[in-house]
Amino acid sequence: MITRRNMLTMTAALSVCGGSAAFAAVPGEQRFVFVILRGALDGLAAVPPYGDADYASVRGGLAMAKTGTNPLLDLDGFFGLHPALINLKSYYDAKQLAVFHNICTPYRDRSHFDGQNVIETGGLVPNRFHDGWLNRALVAMGAKKVEALAVAQTPPLVLTGKARATSWMPDTLPEPDEAYFARVQALYAGDKELGPSLTSALMLRAQSKAAMDDPASKQKVKVDLVPLFAGAGRLLAGQGPRVAVLEASGWDTHINEGAGEGQLARRLSALDAGIDAMKQALGPAWSKTAVVIATEFGRTVKPNGSGGTDHGTGGAAFLLGGAVAGGQVHAEWMGLKPEALQDGRDLPPRSDMRALFKSVLAEHMGLSRAALNTSVFPDSGGAKAFKGLIA
Amino acid sequence: MSLEGAIAVHRFGLGARPGEIAAASQGPKAWLLAQIEAPAEQPTPVVAASSLQSGSALVVDILAFRDKEKALNQARKAGMPMEEEGKALYKSRYDMVVNEMAARFALGFKTTRPFAERLVWFWTNHFGVSTANPRCGTFVGAFEREVIRPNIGGTFETMVQAAVRHPAMQLYLDNVDSIGPNSQAGLRSKKGLNENLGRELMELFTLGVDGGYTQTDVIAMAKLLTGFGLDNNTSGPMSADGYRYYPQRHEPGEIVLRGKSYPSGEAGTRAAITDLAHDKATAHHIAVKFATAFLADAPSPATVKRLEEVFNQSGGDLKALAAALLEDPHAFAPKLTKVRSPVELVTATYRLLDLPKDNGKPEAVVNQIRGAMGVSRMLGEFPMAAPSPKGWPLESEAWSGPDAVLTRIEWARQVSQRIPPTLDVVGLAANGLGALMSEPTSTAIAHASSKSEAVALLLSSPEFQRR
Repeated sequence: MITRRNMLTMTAALSVCGGSAAFAAVPGEQRFVFVILRGALDGLAAVPPYGDADYASVRGGLAMAKTGTNPLLDLDGFFGLHPALINLKSYYDAKQLAVFHNICTPYRDRSHFDGQNVIETGGLVPNRFHDGWLNRALVAMGAKKVEALAVAQTPPLVLTGKARATSWMPDTLPEPDEAYFARVQALYAGDKELGPSLTSALMLRAQSKAAMDDPASKQKVKVDLVPLFAGAGRLLAGQGPRVAVLEASGWDTHINEGAGEGQLARRLSALDAGIDAMKQALGPAWSKTAVVIATEFGRTVKPNGSGGTDHGTGGAAFLLGGAVAGGQVHAEWMGLKPEALQDGRDLPPRSDMRALFKSVLAEHMGLSRAALNTSVFPDSGGAKAFKGLIA
Repeated sequence: MSLEGAIAVHRFGLGARPGEIAAASQGPKAWLLAQIEAPAEQPTPVVAASSLQSGSALVVDILAFRDKEKALNQARKAGMPMEEEGKALYKSRYDMVVNEMAARFALGFKTTRPFAERLVWFWTNHFGVSTANPRCGTFVGAFEREVIRPNIGGTFETMVQAAVRHPAMQLYLDNVDSIGPNSQAGLRSKKGLNENLGRELMELFTLGVDGGYTQTDVIAMAKLLTGFGLDNNTSGPMSADGYRYYPQRHEPGEIVLRGKSYPSGEAGTRAAITDLAHDKATAHHIAVKFATAFLADAPSPATVKRLEEVFNQSGGDLKALAAALLEDPHAFAPKLTKVRSPVELVTATYRLLDLPKDNGKPEAVVNQIRGAMGVSRMLGEFPMAAPSPKGWPLESEAWSGPDAVLTRIEWARQVSQRIPPTLDVVGLAANGLGALMSEPTSTAIAHASSKSEAVALLLSSPEFQRR
């Protein structure tokens, strides 16, 4: 019989508020956390190349500056961090955050499903593998056999496969996701009953939210990822799981993305708060931890007609944690002129996301290059490796 | 896959199980009609150790329960705490109802005769028996299994006769307490009539509120129903359905109902019920409800008239009525006018996602079914638990208020987070909605930011929220 207690020590998952987490146990003290941002994070918003001469003009209303209201946080005089990423900036200063730009999986089309399939299965093309690369890595690490849990929610694809890792979900409704509501609202545009009902319910919701918000704190942090990340941190801090996968949605900013403040700023702020809550919960284990934050692809360089950005190619990724050799931006920057862009519109993919995953698995979790090149990421031999990512 | 096939599955069925729209598209009407050739399927318990008991076994059970409750109260009066014993006693009643309802939900998720099941749900709701009255709580499942399921293709008269006799109804509308004032028992006990069942039999089950009866008729009907009760003869042979007629409680003398005289006794009462079942007002009342439930909140007078005529001409043949519904000019109209009720929505969702998933752990399957039951309650509807004998509303507006819509789409998002990561969402949408899928929904699904969001949008789409 599986009890709640051994579920948490063997393998577990948490899911609250637009995200979820799954865990697996492996030998050793090193912790590895993979955070998938589903929906395609705008890399140019998260890590603005403010030193690029063309940046301000091509980004238009989405551009941020080092001065003025909501100034971006400088990293190296050329790249900055979005103003919402306050904690990430402090890790960078403490050399515990490495930033990657112009990075992408081998996927070159623009479907979320296929893009997420590639970032999770680790193949060259969608559906090349039916299991996840992290699961294959667990097998290669000699992960202990994990008991299956008889609960309904399923682990993400990246953790699916031979090594068992299951997940659990509390019986509460998830934190509402504005983008999702907006999409349903669009679907209800022609429905005379459902449409007005939903509009009126969302208006009421917004009013009651506005009434609860403290007017003095304009930059109120949306903290909905904190319980998820803190819970993961607590579980990782103990003698149980060493590997966790967390998912956060809400990055598909086609409409009113915002710059220093707005929709994406709130989401980044939630992520930033979540990561720091995990750091606090990890306590001393933070020093043994490496966290990779990645997304299926980037977004268009230019804003679209509705104040947002559309699906793109190259984007940003993050590696952070007490075990990380940080304090630098890894980017083969090609500029923002049209001829430098992928298909004339997207950031060019200059490094392979799999190289980042492989380097962390090798340097931090001790996987052999042979295992990485054969069983974990077959077909990845050509991906240029990163070196010295782990302290 | 044809549009008619998709409509058959959604409007007249319970939403698509894998492959169902393709099967229905071979011949939508024939596919539906074949489902009602035989009595409806019977549910089976989802918890292995539990059983679904007959009305007569439940009468034995409730008598034993009353004895235990009496003993418990006496012990309490004598100063014993009896807290645990009390909890256990009431928990056992609660479990019986939960098991019944879990079996019913489970059948809805998997049945290959969804049209038959929809008719079961309609007729059960028509007769209103509800756990809201705790007296009949343990009986409501048996009511549906014994009164409704065998008779969905029979005559309305047979169904009404069985419904009025059943212990669930006898308890629900207090007829067990109704005693003819001039009967042997009445003269001895000074107890009298309870009009509840007599009134609802005419107002809700047959004639309708404007169907032509007066308060005098209500009293007459109540008198006619005296003597109908539960078979508590546990020492001798009992009736199968737990019903028994007690002549000593029956009001003596001829009784005039709506201008017609009926002889005293069980046969006279049955004759009166038969007349109500075949009344023109009943045909109209049933036709309106039937069309409202399946076709439109305000069905066209022509539709009602057609159904009414079939009801009258066929002597209240319920299979003929169902077939006539499918022949209506609006039956396969592409516009989805009705919003799914919560139980319909939850059932359609489980059918679409092929839930509950059986991963070899029976308790996990039970948990998934219980989850669906909890969600139905949260969304505002639960089978055989309506607050009044009128049953759950048939009109869409009952389920499409602002808070309801928001809760429905929030649940869509929650349930979609449990999909397997390998799920083919585009295929799921195509198989689940068929030709009903609109351009905007198809585009939204294709452009969703994740598979789970795609499924959430599919579940939230007007095509899926409606039928």
